[in-house]
Amino acid sequence: MKSIAEIEEEIVDDFSLFDTWDEKYEYIIDMGKKLKPLEDEHKKEENKIKGCQSTVWMVSELKDGKVFYRAESDAVIVKGLVSMLIRVLSGHAPKEIIDAKLEFIDKIGMKQHLAQTRSNGLLSMVKQMKLDATVYQAKQE
Amino acid sequence: MTETLEHTAFDVQAIRQHFPVLNRVVKGKPLVYFDNAATTQKPQVVIDALADYYKNYNANIHRGIHSLAEEATAAYEATRDTVQQFINAQHREEIIFTRGVTESINLVAYTWARTNLKSGDEIIISGMEHHSNIVPWQLIGEMTGAILKVIPVNDNGELIMEEFYQLLSEKVKLVSVVHASNSLGTINPVKEIIDAAHKVGAVVMIDGAQSTVHLDIDVQELDCDFFAISSHKVYGPTGIGVLYGKRALLEAMPPFMGGGEMIKDVSFEKTTWNDLPYKFEAGTPNIADTVALKAALDFVSSIGKATIRQHEDALLKYATEQLQSIEGIRLIGTAKQKVSVASYVVEGVHPQDLGILLDNQGVAVRTGHHCTQPLMNRFGIPGTTRASFAMYNTKEEIDVMIAGLHKAIKLLR
Repeated sequence: MKSIAEIEEEIVDDFSLFDTWDEKYEYIIDMGKKLKPLEDEHKKEENKIKGCQSTVWMVSELKDGKVFYRAESDAVIVKGLVSMLIRVLSGHAPKEIIDAKLEFIDKIGMKQHLAQTRSNGLLSMVKQMKLDATVYQAKQE
Repeated sequence: MTETLEHTAFDVQAIRQHFPVLNRVVKGKPLVYFDNAATTQKPQVVIDALADYYKNYNANIHRGIHSLAEEATAAYEATRDTVQQFINAQHREEIIFTRGVTESINLVAYTWARTNLKSGDEIIISGMEHHSNIVPWQLIGEMTGAILKVIPVNDNGELIMEEFYQLLSEKVKLVSVVHASNSLGTINPVKEIIDAAHKVGAVVMIDGAQSTVHLDIDVQELDCDFFAISSHKVYGPTGIGVLYGKRALLEAMPPFMGGGEMIKDVSFEKTTWNDLPYKFEAGTPNIADTVALKAALDFVSSIGKATIRQHEDALLKYATEQLQSIEGIRLIGTAKQKVSVASYVVEGVHPQDLGILLDNQGVAVRTGHHCTQPLMNRFGIPGTTRASFAMYNTKEEIDVMIAGLHKAIKLLR
């Protein structure tokens, strides 16, 4: 099992192949399209992440001491971004998720999506994922 | 189409020279700024006026006896005269400086409406209001028991005037409607609304946030009781706006905020209010931005709104035609009378995705609900992509947006 930092590094490597913003977004859109859809039963108010111009639903579960996330959005780029977050954070212990620095977002040039919290909500997604991990961590103790 | 643009005496390239920000490069592409309904860019004369104020005569106004204070006061009050002329108000003291349209509406809500409305009275707004012309009245409704009524919108994004006449009765004490819709561009028949409302004795407030930059505003001809203006949507600085109010109404209204400037005499037993307009301008005002607003209005007047409008209308017509040629696109807001706003949705594509990919082409558009959620619900959509045009935009820029749209749609579908 790779560490969070190692997966982050993989993504940064993937993005280093791209010369243009167009290519970066093509890649993100492609990942968004490939993200496994969330069942309709999960698309309810309490699973919505606030602070997004688009709607994001996210669910998580703790299995064998690891947190697994699944999510969906009505916007493809957001889906791509959330799919990267899932790739990085899903399947790790709560403590590792809480401590994750997620520097890859800056390194691949997507930091603007963190700053523009009102329209893009990447920050809200990260917060929600870490919050879930914190809850699981507390339950384990 | 090209002919229409070329035949105007308007030299858009010369106009663009006045706006330094238009030289920006975004994501490696020349900036195409189509978010003018949110805020317009500033000409050099406005930027210079701001710098000149701080460099040469920054002082607190009205009370100072020294030269700088006198110069600053003169410049601040000169803007009041310019605004008066710009909207043809009868008296200069009918021009109240606020922070913007939101504050102008709230001022009327918390002074006129709070003291004049009672339980069972009715306020009419429209189905295409910005949240800032909905929420203040809801707050006042909670305080006074007044009830909010809404003029519905048809599929073209026009007010259904028959329904407005149905809503009108002696119970209606206030009508507050937007002159031009920020989301759709629709120009509402405000003169007709004002005249009809006056017949039942209602007071009328017009939200001029979007209209002032495009249309000729004559508050005496309109006969509106209140009119709200935003400076930053008329090429002026942010943080400054105007409330126009008829003198008799303003005189009868209690102050909005207490503090310095708005008083005549203060004692612990009794305080008397200053005369108009100062009664409503408590505290040190936003002097620099007010001074620079004059430069913006003079700039617009020097080119002429009719000339600007001709250019913007041609851009809107061209953009509308080009957008309609894209498969799966639906224009939201197809009113007969429109300011230069083109709002659209693309089937199967989220507006946010479009916004991000257009930004990637250097094109700044607005996506989302535009602070008009009830209107978006009316059309059954979460939001739109909105391109809004100003005097410095060009047909070539619209071509860049259209090319960007084709590219984005291909990627996203």
